[in-house]
Amino acid sequence: MDLPAHPFNSDATLTPPVPADPSSVRSRGVHADQLTHAQRLELYRHMRMTRTLEERLVALYRQTKVVGGLFRSLGQEADAVGSAFALEQRDIMSPLIRNMGSMLVKGATPLEILRQYMAKGNSPTRGRELNIHFGDLVRGFVGQISHLGDMIPVMAGIALSFKMRGEDRVVLVYIGDGATSTGAFHEGLNFAAVQQVPLVVVVENNGYAYSTPTGRQTAARSFMDKAVGYGIAGVQADGNDVLAVYDVTRAAVDRARSGGGPTLVELMTYRRKGHAEHDNQSYVPDGEVEWWAANNDPIDRFTSWLAEHDGVSPDELAAIDASVAAEIDAATDAADLSPMPDALDALVGIYGDPATLPPHWYREGVRKAVEQHERPASWGTHDG
Amino acid sequence: MAEITYLEAIREALFEEMERDQNVFCLGEDIGAFGGAFKVTEGLQAKYGEQRVIDTPISETAIIGAAAGAAHMGLRPVAELQFIDFISCGYDMLTNYVATARYRAFLPCPMVVRGPSGGYVRGGPFHSQNPEAAFLHTPGLKIVYPATAADAKGLMKAAIRDDDCVLFFEHKYLYRRVKDVMPDGDHVVPIGKARVAREGTDVSIITYAATVWKALEAAEQLEREDGLSVEVIDLRTLLPMDDDAIVATVKKTNRVMIVHEDTRTGGIAGEITARINETCFEWLDAPVLRVTAHDVPLPYSPPLEDYVLPQVRDIVTVARHLARY
Repeated sequence: MDLPAHPFNSDATLTPPVPADPSSVRSRGVHADQLTHAQRLELYRHMRMTRTLEERLVALYRQTKVVGGLFRSLGQEADAVGSAFALEQRDIMSPLIRNMGSMLVKGATPLEILRQYMAKGNSPTRGRELNIHFGDLVRGFVGQISHLGDMIPVMAGIALSFKMRGEDRVVLVYIGDGATSTGAFHEGLNFAAVQQVPLVVVVENNGYAYSTPTGRQTAARSFMDKAVGYGIAGVQADGNDVLAVYDVTRAAVDRARSGGGPTLVELMTYRRKGHAEHDNQSYVPDGEVEWWAANNDPIDRFTSWLAEHDGVSPDELAAIDASVAAEIDAATDAADLSPMPDALDALVGIYGDPATLPPHWYREGVRKAVEQHERPASWGTHDG
Repeated sequence: MAEITYLEAIREALFEEMERDQNVFCLGEDIGAFGGAFKVTEGLQAKYGEQRVIDTPISETAIIGAAAGAAHMGLRPVAELQFIDFISCGYDMLTNYVATARYRAFLPCPMVVRGPSGGYVRGGPFHSQNPEAAFLHTPGLKIVYPATAADAKGLMKAAIRDDDCVLFFEHKYLYRRVKDVMPDGDHVVPIGKARVAREGTDVSIITYAATVWKALEAAEQLEREDGLSVEVIDLRTLLPMDDDAIVATVKKTNRVMIVHEDTRTGGIAGEITARINETCFEWLDAPVLRVTAHDVPLPYSPPLEDYVLPQVRDIVTVARHLARY
């Protein structure tokens, strides 16, 4: 089949980073081969949960129940889920905006995600942050900030703490093709390489940073090649093949855990939706999105593989799909009923000490100001 | 006990805190075997090793970011910036990541970012800066800027023990010029508390860092030549600001000037003036006046630098004006 014009590289003569025949999926090595049947179904469930939960969020967005923007990872579920699946519970990961699937693997719940998007008072950030910008060190994920690239130095610092304390733990941090252009990416990766900390940097190359194709982001042939410049290992994999993603990430995690230092993992995938829900993708060539949907959908590919190589029946998958839908329904109801934050909580917790800031006096009337600010005895009558 | 310098006091605090708490570690450029550009960390690596005194690449964003990550995990990093002028290279990491982490993600950043600051040393535009005002505007950070050797030690120990990020400005003009005998025992100066550097009743000078010494010199001259009793308040901490100390001195003298080495527009003096206006306007017998640097990058050549920066004679002139007002 013919590939459409490709956003990945400026050099059109390069081989596209997807298999010539995307339907011919194989497990890609020893690690994927060792996955059990139950683990493979777990991978499937996380991918299905990611997609269905995002579809529910779209419905809620259209009902204006999502307060801010909505960010989809349609078509990227395999790269998010397969890479996070390579981590142990004690390892720590920092997601990007299209890594809801990675967070689900690390134990984030649909209810938490729905409450976040709906800005609820009992959401993980108590309404302070948007969408999937949240974390939990116990389950092992750290919320990102919007300043792209910044999580690389921060996660390098967490990895440094593991090295300093001799802890058997690994850090994985995601970054998009666009954010590799930041100074923070360079400084963080270089620092991690020099310090030889247990860090895996996953570059998700999904073809676009907002509207900018990868070829306008870098003149490098691949992001994997950049690893050479940092003196670390670099690998590339088909990001829409969940088993290949797991395999290559697991090898990088093992390398980090055994003291082999950082690895840059480039996962080739494709962003089938706009940057956010408002984005009409007018900059995408005609037919490109449709081609990927028809020929290289990560869930379709894995479903075919499971049927062919793992004897998974359609009924088995349908049962998982039904359980995912039921969980999302219950979570949606619970999120919808959740209270909005108490406004005064806005002044709590900017510092450890003082723990709470006082409101501005005019929020409590003029009398408060008079009480607060002692005046000379001769001074007048601002008491009304 | 012997007097030690401001610089030695900071070093002593680092040694004592690293000894007291295994979680304290230092990172920065050339701080290890070399001991730092000003030798503040001299001897630390020899005693505590390369794991706890880390030489980094020239990467302020990575230094601050990695410190934040390590701090999340319970370590207490002390990050040196070779000159505080380079804090601008890590501005994004400090203001967007570090300052917000506790509030938005419940992830404290118990860390210190320290570095040699300030002018009067012929350092030119990029080795003389006082960028504290740029961070005063960032909720989530704390800012200290000691003037004495004893405060330098006590505030460094408090900063390392604080559960939030403290920007620790060290005045390089004072590094080897001021000395104190260190108080006995575990000398910790609380963050957020100003100090009355000199008692007085006629005019108040609110200031911090190197200009505390300029103000004290001016106060002596004013007493000698004019019979004026000048009070000097050394803020020590800029964020959170000690409003009680500011209000107390305003009510005492009713005539106030604010002196700082940083440039004027958008400087900390403006913020202090606004607070005085809001809380004790009726106690003033004269407008609050500012003595600051002129609004230019700090030039290198002595006649230029001396002209731009606030000098003792400027403080004397303004104090006389206030007293007569």
